[in-house]
Amino acid sequence: MTVTDQESTMDNTTVDTGLAEGKGQLHLLPRRDAVLRMSEVAAAAAIDGELLPEENDQTMIVNMGPVHPSTHGVLRLMLELDGETVRRSKPIIGYLHTGMEKTGESLTYLQGPTNVTRMDYASPLFNELVFSMAVEELLGLELPPRAVWIRTLMCELNRISSHLLSMATGGMDIGAVSMMIYGWREREQVLRFFQKVTGLRMNHNYIRPGGVAADLPDDWEADLTALMDMLPPRLEEYDVLMTGQPIWRDRLQGVGVISQQEAIALSATGPVLRSTGVSWDLRRDMPYLVYDELEFDVLVGSYGDAFDRYAIRLNEIRESIRIVRQIIEKMPLGDYRIQDAKVTPPPRARIDESMEALIHHFKLFTEGFKVPEGEVYVAVESPRGELGCYLVSDGGPKPYRMHIRGPSFVNLQVMPHMMADGFLADAVAVIASVDPVLGEVDR
Amino acid sequence: MSDTVDEAAADEQAPDDEAPDLVYGAPRTEVRGQQVIHPRRDEWRRTALELLNDGWNMCMDVTAVDYGTYGPGRDLPTGVDPERFEVVVSLLSYERRERLRVRIQVPEDDPTVDSLYAVYPGTDFLEREVFDLFGITFSGHPDLSRILMPETWEGHPLRKDYSTGAIPVQFKAPSQ
Repeated sequence: MTVTDQESTMDNTTVDTGLAEGKGQLHLLPRRDAVLRMSEVAAAAAIDGELLPEENDQTMIVNMGPVHPSTHGVLRLMLELDGETVRRSKPIIGYLHTGMEKTGESLTYLQGPTNVTRMDYASPLFNELVFSMAVEELLGLELPPRAVWIRTLMCELNRISSHLLSMATGGMDIGAVSMMIYGWREREQVLRFFQKVTGLRMNHNYIRPGGVAADLPDDWEADLTALMDMLPPRLEEYDVLMTGQPIWRDRLQGVGVISQQEAIALSATGPVLRSTGVSWDLRRDMPYLVYDELEFDVLVGSYGDAFDRYAIRLNEIRESIRIVRQIIEKMPLGDYRIQDAKVTPPPRARIDESMEALIHHFKLFTEGFKVPEGEVYVAVESPRGELGCYLVSDGGPKPYRMHIRGPSFVNLQVMPHMMADGFLADAVAVIASVDPVLGEVDR
Repeated sequence: MSDTVDEAAADEQAPDDEAPDLVYGAPRTEVRGQQVIHPRRDEWRRTALELLNDGWNMCMDVTAVDYGTYGPGRDLPTGVDPERFEVVVSLLSYERRERLRVRIQVPEDDPTVDSLYAVYPGTDFLEREVFDLFGITFSGHPDLSRILMPETWEGHPLRKDYSTGAIPVQFKAPSQ
C-alpha cells in the first residue's frame, strides 16, 4: 500500500459534517481526534512496519485483544502508541456477534427472553425485563403487583451480582488480584439464590411477558435476609482492600477523566455518566416497575475519573441492598403472573381436567400469542446504563423487528476519549472502569 | 392533537381529512403515550439541530427497520409516504425527563440519510451498526465502516431479504 492510499483512509476525520463549528455537540469533544479512524488494512500495513503517513517512526500501532485477559471478553483495541503513551485508539468489536437481533425475529414472544437473556450475560434479568416490558406495552397488559415486585427484587439482586463481578474483574485488572476471588465469592452467593428461584445461575429466562416464570420459594425471605446481612461486612472489607488503599487510589484517581459535556455528547449512561456529576438514573427519573415506592439514593461522582466510577458501583451495591430490604418487607401476596390464558400458560394441573386449558397450552407453545401491530421503545436502568428495547410488531406471534440498545455498546465510544494521552497501563484501568460486557456490545 | 393515533387505531392511517399536528416542522403522532415525529429525510439534519437546541440533549438510540415484508398498514400521519426503510432515533431530554422518537422514511433506491455525528457525536457507533446491518448510508459520518460484521462481509444481515443462513443439509436419496 502506498502512502497516498493510506492518506485517503486516514484523512476521514476531516469529513465535512455539514454544520458550522459550535452548532452541534461535536465541539464539546475536545479530544475527538483521539478516535483512530483507520481501516484494518491500513492498520495491518502500519503494524508490518510501514510508517503512518503523517507521523514519523515515533508512534506505532499495537493491537490489544481480542484475547487479552483484561479486555473483559473479546474487546480489541487498536492503540496508537508513542512510547508508553496512548495517542489515539479505536475499539474493534464484533467477535461475539451472533446476530441475536435477527434471531429474535424468528422466535416467538414467549421464546424471546431465552434469546435476549444471553446478551448482557452479567445482568441477564435486565435483558429479559426490558424485552418483556416492551411486549407487555404492545399488549397493553397490567401485571399483578406481586409479579412486578418480584421483578424489582430480582433485578436489584442482579445489579448486586453484576457490580460484584465488576469489582472482581476490575480489581484483578488493576492488580488487586485477591479481589478477583472475593468478588466472585460474594457473587456466587447471589447466583445461588437465583438458582433456587429460577433454576439457573445465569441466562434464567425467568422474567417473561406476562409476569415471571415461577413464584419465589417458601423460605426466600430467610435466604435473602441472610444474604443481605452477609454482604455489608464484606463490602467493608472491599473498602479496606481497595477504596482506602493508596496504590488503588493512585491507579484510579485522575485516570480516564471525562467531562460532563463529553459524556452527554457521547450518549454515555449509567455509572460512566453519573461519575461526571450528572444525576441521571432511570429508576428515579423515569420510574418503571415499583421504584417510585422505594427509597434509594442516586450516586454521582464529581471528577469523572475511574475512581468515581468504581466508587459509584461499590455504593450502588449498598443502595441495592437497601432496596432489597424494603422489598422483603413490602412484598405483596397474589399472582406471580397474569392469569390470561392467551399470554401465560395455564397451571399444569388444569391441563389434566380442562380441554380448553390444554388447547391454550398447546397454542401458546407451538404458535405463540399474537401481539397487536405497532412499535414501542422501552428503557430500563441496567447496571451499565440505559438498556432499551425497540420492538416492532406486525400483529403476528413473532417480533417483526427487535432491537436492543445496549449500554455497553454505546459506552464503548467513550473509551478513546478517556485513554487519549494516558499511559498504556491506564488503558486497562479505563476498560475496567467502563465495565463493558461484550455479549451485549456485539449481540 | 387531532391526529393522535390511539392504541386501538394504531394499525390505521390517521384520518386524511384532518391536518397533521406539526412539531419542529414535522408531523407528530402519539403512540402508547410515546411522542413520535416524522421529519422529512432531506431536512433531517436541520430538524435534529433544532431538536438539540430545544433541549433534546441526548441521542440514546439509532436503529432502522426494514418494512419490506410488513403486512399491515403502518401508523404514519398524513403526508408521510411509507418507504421500505425507516431510521428510528430515540432522543432524551434529561431536564424535562421526556423521550421523543424520530422516524425517517428512507427509500430503497437511495438508502441515504444525513449523519447525526456532528449534532450528536454519540451516534457514531449506532450509525455504523445501522450501516453494517441495513446498508443505509449516513452522509457526513467520519468513519462509515462495518462494525459488527467483518470488513469484507457481503450483504446486510438485518434486511428482510437476507435469509437466516441455515446450513444446507444434503439428504441422500433412498437406496434402491
